[in-house]
Amino acid sequence: MSVDPVMPALGGLGLVPTRDGRQSVRDYTADQEVRWCPGCGDYAVLAAVRQFLPTLGLRRENIVFVSGIGCSSRFPYYLNTYGMHSIHGRAPAIATGIAVTRPDLSVWVVTGDGDALSIGGNHLIHALRRNVNLKILLFNNRIYGLTKGQYSPTSEVGKITKSTPAGSLDLPFNPVSLALGAEAGFVGRALDSDRAQLTEVLGAAAAHRGSALVEIYQDCPVFNDGSFDVLRRPEEREERLIPVRHGEPIRFGTPADDGLGRWAVVRDGFTLKVVAAAATDPERVVVHDATDHTLAFALSRLSDQELNHTVTGVLRGFRRETYDDAVRAQLDRAGRTTGPEARQALLTGHDSWTVRPNTD
Amino acid sequence: MTSDTTATAAAAAPAAVRRHRVVIRFAGDSGDGMQLTGDRFTAQAAQFGNDLSTLPDFPAEIRAPAGTLPGVSSFQVHFADHDIVTPGDRPDVLVAMNPAALRANVGDLPRGGTVIVNTDEFTSRNLAKAGYAADPLEDGSLSAHQVHKVAMTTLTRGALAGTGLGKKDAERAKNMFALGLLSWMYHRPAEGTERFLRAKFARSPQVAEANVLAFRAGHAYGETTEAFAVTYEVAPAHPAPGEYRQITGNTALAHGIVAAGWTTGLPVFLGTYPITPASDILHELAGHKAMGVITFQAEDEIAGVGAALGASFSGALGVTTTSGPGICLMSESIGLGVSLELPLLVVDVQRGGPSTGLPTKTEQADLLQAMFGRNGESPVPVIAPRSPGDCFHAVLEAAAVAVRYRTPVMVLSDGALANGSEPWLIPDANSLEPVDPDLATGPNAPDGSGEFWPYLRDERTLARPWAVPGTPGLEHRIGGLEKQDGKGGISYDPDNHDRMVRLRRAKIDGIPVPELEVDDPPLADTDSTVGSGSGPGADRADLLVLGWGSTYGPITAAARRVRGLGHRVATAHLRYLNPLPAGLGDVLARYRTVLLPEMNLGQLALLLRAHHLVDVISYTKVSGLPFRAEELQDVFLDHLDRGPRADGMSFRRSR
Repeated sequence: MSVDPVMPALGGLGLVPTRDGRQSVRDYTADQEVRWCPGCGDYAVLAAVRQFLPTLGLRRENIVFVSGIGCSSRFPYYLNTYGMHSIHGRAPAIATGIAVTRPDLSVWVVTGDGDALSIGGNHLIHALRRNVNLKILLFNNRIYGLTKGQYSPTSEVGKITKSTPAGSLDLPFNPVSLALGAEAGFVGRALDSDRAQLTEVLGAAAAHRGSALVEIYQDCPVFNDGSFDVLRRPEEREERLIPVRHGEPIRFGTPADDGLGRWAVVRDGFTLKVVAAAATDPERVVVHDATDHTLAFALSRLSDQELNHTVTGVLRGFRRETYDDAVRAQLDRAGRTTGPEARQALLTGHDSWTVRPNTD
Repeated sequence: MTSDTTATAAAAAPAAVRRHRVVIRFAGDSGDGMQLTGDRFTAQAAQFGNDLSTLPDFPAEIRAPAGTLPGVSSFQVHFADHDIVTPGDRPDVLVAMNPAALRANVGDLPRGGTVIVNTDEFTSRNLAKAGYAADPLEDGSLSAHQVHKVAMTTLTRGALAGTGLGKKDAERAKNMFALGLLSWMYHRPAEGTERFLRAKFARSPQVAEANVLAFRAGHAYGETTEAFAVTYEVAPAHPAPGEYRQITGNTALAHGIVAAGWTTGLPVFLGTYPITPASDILHELAGHKAMGVITFQAEDEIAGVGAALGASFSGALGVTTTSGPGICLMSESIGLGVSLELPLLVVDVQRGGPSTGLPTKTEQADLLQAMFGRNGESPVPVIAPRSPGDCFHAVLEAAAVAVRYRTPVMVLSDGALANGSEPWLIPDANSLEPVDPDLATGPNAPDGSGEFWPYLRDERTLARPWAVPGTPGLEHRIGGLEKQDGKGGISYDPDNHDRMVRLRRAKIDGIPVPELEVDDPPLADTDSTVGSGSGPGADRADLLVLGWGSTYGPITAAARRVRGLGHRVATAHLRYLNPLPAGLGDVLARYRTVLLPEMNLGQLALLLRAHHLVDVISYTKVSGLPFRAEELQDVFLDHLDRGPRADGMSFRRSR
């Protein structure tokens, strides 16, 4: 896997035209009335994105949001950019067509746990594997909201829902593990209520050239209320959330004597484990390396459905050539011979013959 | 069946007999290279100036068990000194490379037809595999035919003895021996084939030379053995002057897709997933990167059409190519295209169905799927090419409609067109009719608010504006939810939905479609009129035969035969299945009998009966093979013979 030699320093937005002058939340607010349920986590994400987009300094008309079907997929209607609310699960495929034909666009996909991981699982993994320059925001509320409360592919085993009155039976996906398994170059995770970290991860995703998956934990107050409360309650949050940053030792929890968290992540064979920092040689504490695929996967495995530990931040940020750049490079190498002679030569082929007027 | 022949004065023995048209079928095992052999013979005929039409027929398996009936692959070529429209019904000559090929094909030969067999393959083991209890070369069962027994494998091996090739590799060139022999029999030019072989096997000069040697050996064998009493000449045809090439339907489609980028000025994006018999379009287009064509081999058909729709949203011409099962997967996305009102070209190369069906065989049974295979009221224009070369023009028209009317358009090709070929008058690439995509550039709100209304329609075409990302001030959101007429925001208003459904329908119904052309020539010689027909002096025939898609060839050929027998018959061919030509109802009403042959169970007949309350008579066949002219001739005659009803009333129509 090599970094594109042609444009080594090009970021995710490198070919998107910018605009001078300050932009505001209002610039990105569409006139459509927002219609999510009161208390829905989508509001927090929308607010964060509306606040984040102006900081990119892009021309608004060069931003496209594409969504599938589900509560979160209404998202594009509420942003004053170009947008498409498409069909269930297919947004990554549609966005691929947009990104491949238009390097001057910043393309975002908004999807949910059902849309991305159930009906659209195939498109998601292939978009990630190809490394199309798309930013995929996966809103994970671990439930089907729009169809009114069935379990989702991220619901805990044993979940009681309308469609699983005796408890769900199937193991949930860990979206970060799945994305890493699908060769995603960028994988991040944040909690909807942590505006600062969410904005930081979104910024890193936008700057990343290639597919970026950001899993955003959020609540469905109607059908799965409080599903992430353990990550929100002050007394529990610090013991469970493991925020990571490239180049920093992975420590979390209430501060220890050195000011860092009292828990540390260390290697344990091929996996990782959480130990008390005080009882650990500081040299053994894992320093986060976002370019290390294996480490990112091991970090993702610290999470389980009980959310005892949940890694947030940028788990992986590794750059390799994007599919759309490679497609365009192939076209360029082919020479773009589209003149009148080339056109006629194409239709004529290699074996033509001429019929002259019959003079018999 | 060969038409009348005249002996020409041949300078050297054997005598050369002039034929107006000949049908040859090359048949062998899937691994015997019959498609290549047929293709080369076709190229020779094309180079020579004959008119021609071909029908490849091969199994879905890449290599079915050798020597068995399911493994038989064949290629039929019909070439003539005049304009022809079908690959021919029955071969005049059958080249059978093994017993299975003989058994699978000999039934199609007319009495007196020529059979050339490779006797080396007629071993007891191969005979058993083909299900022969006795050797048909010995038991007299072929006595109605002229049989030439040639030990092609042995002769090829002998010819290649000095090349150093192994026995197996040498024997592989036996198809070129057969081609050489047939080339001699029909006075075909050889240089093109030798050039072709050297280019095809350029990486392996030894193999190239072996094939050339085998080809020459076959030619020399004909010349020297005296086994063949006559050779045949088929003079060049005299089509309209111009530059021609041989083209298959799939190649013509691919070229049409490239050319649609020229006429519309839009970048072409093909999103697709491999499927027989459409994959060759992808293969062809993948080689045209220099033309700026982007091909995207997606993870499935859903992603293929989705990416194409995304490309259209961002200002490209989105195209997808598939066959029936792929259309099933694409239905929801095509419906989204109907709702988004974006250009999208959907090419369906129809094959035998349902389900996986007959992947390598032809059928026209996706018509109703193309028309109605989506949820809700979701009309799309449907266009069907009538011949391999016509695929180019049909797809260009489809692209023009898609762009002008902001709609998905279905192009219905089929397996026979896809792989069949014909000489094609090469169009002038630089004088194709341009299409203005008319992209939106500024706000359009009629209330002067300076807003952009994405669903404010053009009054004449009812098409909506196409505003492409990157255009400042036109930021808008569209989706599959019902939209408010004009402004385009989400709307659940009952009256608005009713209006939008009708508007989408009216837009498609309003697409201008050329009037149906009826070919209803008066009888050449009224004295020779026999039986039915409208009789001398009548202003039209009693019988109108209507067709669509690839049935054009056999219907036209059959009509020529029936007219040649002194009967009057009218024909007409539908290119647009949706919308139908405005005057179609009047045309149908003018004829006593309307006969509609289709390679399905009467799908267009169902539509015409529904649209026009006309008692269209269906003639249907779903064998995976095209109609034969001979078969349709009998059907036409049968309907002519029925004559008018005794009460003199039309029995077809009332309104």
